[in-house]
Amino acid sequence: MRKVISLKNSIGRELSDDLMKKLDYKPFESTEIGNPVVQRVAPKVRVSTGNDKLTTSIKDVVRETVKDGMTISFHHHLREGDFIFNMVMDEIIKQGIKDLTLAPSSLTNVMNDKVIEAIKAGTVTHIESSGMRGTLGEAVSHGILKDPVILRSHGARARAIENGDVKIDVAFLGVPNADRLGNANGMTGDAAFGSLGYALVDAAYADKVVLLTDNVVDYPNTPASIMQTQVDYVVQVDKVGDPDRIGSGATRFTKNPKDLKIAKMVNDVIVHSPYFKQGFSFQTGSGGAALAVARFLRQSMLDKNITASFALGGITTPIVKLLEEGLVKKVMDVQDFDKGAADSMKNNRDQQEIDASWYADPDNKGAMVDQLDVCILSALEIDTDFNVNVMTGSNGVLRGAIGGHQDAATAKMTIISAPLTRGRIATVVPKVGTVVTPGDSIDVLVTEVGVAVNPKRKDLIEAFKKVPGIPLMTIEELQQRAEKIVGKPEKLQYTDKTVAMIEYRDKTIIDEVKQLKD
Amino acid sequence: MKIEKTALAGTVESSDIQFTLSASDNGIQIDLDSPVKDLYGKQIIQVIEDTLKAYNIESVKVKAIDKGALDCVIKARLVTAIQRSLGMDEPNWEVL
Repeated sequence: MRKVISLKNSIGRELSDDLMKKLDYKPFESTEIGNPVVQRVAPKVRVSTGNDKLTTSIKDVVRETVKDGMTISFHHHLREGDFIFNMVMDEIIKQGIKDLTLAPSSLTNVMNDKVIEAIKAGTVTHIESSGMRGTLGEAVSHGILKDPVILRSHGARARAIENGDVKIDVAFLGVPNADRLGNANGMTGDAAFGSLGYALVDAAYADKVVLLTDNVVDYPNTPASIMQTQVDYVVQVDKVGDPDRIGSGATRFTKNPKDLKIAKMVNDVIVHSPYFKQGFSFQTGSGGAALAVARFLRQSMLDKNITASFALGGITTPIVKLLEEGLVKKVMDVQDFDKGAADSMKNNRDQQEIDASWYADPDNKGAMVDQLDVCILSALEIDTDFNVNVMTGSNGVLRGAIGGHQDAATAKMTIISAPLTRGRIATVVPKVGTVVTPGDSIDVLVTEVGVAVNPKRKDLIEAFKKVPGIPLMTIEELQQRAEKIVGKPEKLQYTDKTVAMIEYRDKTIIDEVKQLKD
Repeated sequence: MKIEKTALAGTVESSDIQFTLSASDNGIQIDLDSPVKDLYGKQIIQVIEDTLKAYNIESVKVKAIDKGALDCVIKARLVTAIQRSLGMDEPNWEVL
């Protein structure tokens, strides 16, 4: 048997020496980015007056643009309502194209079966993504691909595209409107989804940019988030997506008492931190507890007469409401999770569309995440070193996405909000299955039974210790409490093969995911 | 003791477990379906075996559909199924 030599990174995760060398990767060292000077790349441009872009044939466009061995990309703003991915991949498989690298901003469930089909056909042999789940996560975790999937945060993807680590040959971008030259935005049309944040990087850096839309509007289309100077083709299709499945519908406040208890404690942590002052900034994300935090935070802001300078990230209706009330001055919007947030962008000048680079690229002249005071994030697992897993389930299968987790965790105070246990699965564990975000970035863990502060944040421990609503515990105490409820799990069995490499923001490797034994 | 009458207890809601007990022709047979089988399968079967033993049951077919139940839930549901099968009105208090 081949002996696998491994090395360890600074947080003690074992990495395969041969793979690290082959892919020219360095092990993760620290969350500090420093001030390196980096060289960006530029796309090839096929010169045109722009009068030859409009077509109805995906077939012709694929034939003219996609060749064996290329890298192709998509965005995931249409989420579970996406029709574009399957439409285009169908044609690519049909034309017998092989050995493609699939590099979308993320992969949603609606794409899974088509990706598996493309892998089996030899059409797709490499994947680079923010994450994956469902049947595709299962298939990759059981070794369907020869080479490991490369997983990056939204900010790291922008970095990799800008510096040429990911060289996109053809980007296929679904848009809810475009004119015949390719001026487009995400705000109007049947399939409107608001911010085009993740797709803007592809539009700027891909050699060939193909827009697909069901809504060709009069020239010139404004406001233009994607510009005619970037676009090679505009393909008119029947429908780019199912509006009902693009974002969740009306946002409903959770009635789950556990979620509410966690949300209230998260709010207490924010309000009693040194960051809760006039002009502070925050990111909440989606999910029951996060949405409820927005409601508690609203009341605290009214009570204390405090307003926020900006809210960042994935935007939801409760955040838009805070903007409308004047409690938040600006919403910096890289994606919209629900219809209310998506609709609001076109009506409110203070809801600014930002691209993934502006949002979170570490190799930048300043990204928004670096200005962030408070950030609330979720976790599948968090360990006693505060390392967080949002990628693999307790059974070791890929079932998540990095998203902006690593990026937003650079906030001055990063709070993980999570229940202590989910069913028979502990959330607080001795060692997470996969490290996505290093414990060094995490400041506070809030569970329904207590709050643990990273011991290096003595200032926060001091600030919270006399607050009646914040039951401080050590993270070891929380871990033991969880174990007492659910018991000690058996160890999962893995093979030596690596199925995914997790990049940190700076292109070092923070962890690997191994193939599961059948 | 043998289980002869088929009996059911529990639901397939999250964090619950559903037991169906029926007659067996070959001692104790346990069929466990669980999303946490890789992690807690052995422990769940141990709880089932211990509970059957406490009721001196030597012959039963146990079908268990687990949805992430904790040990205390597993035991409670199984005790109920056993009592229903045996037509007991009161729990065997020593077992609890």
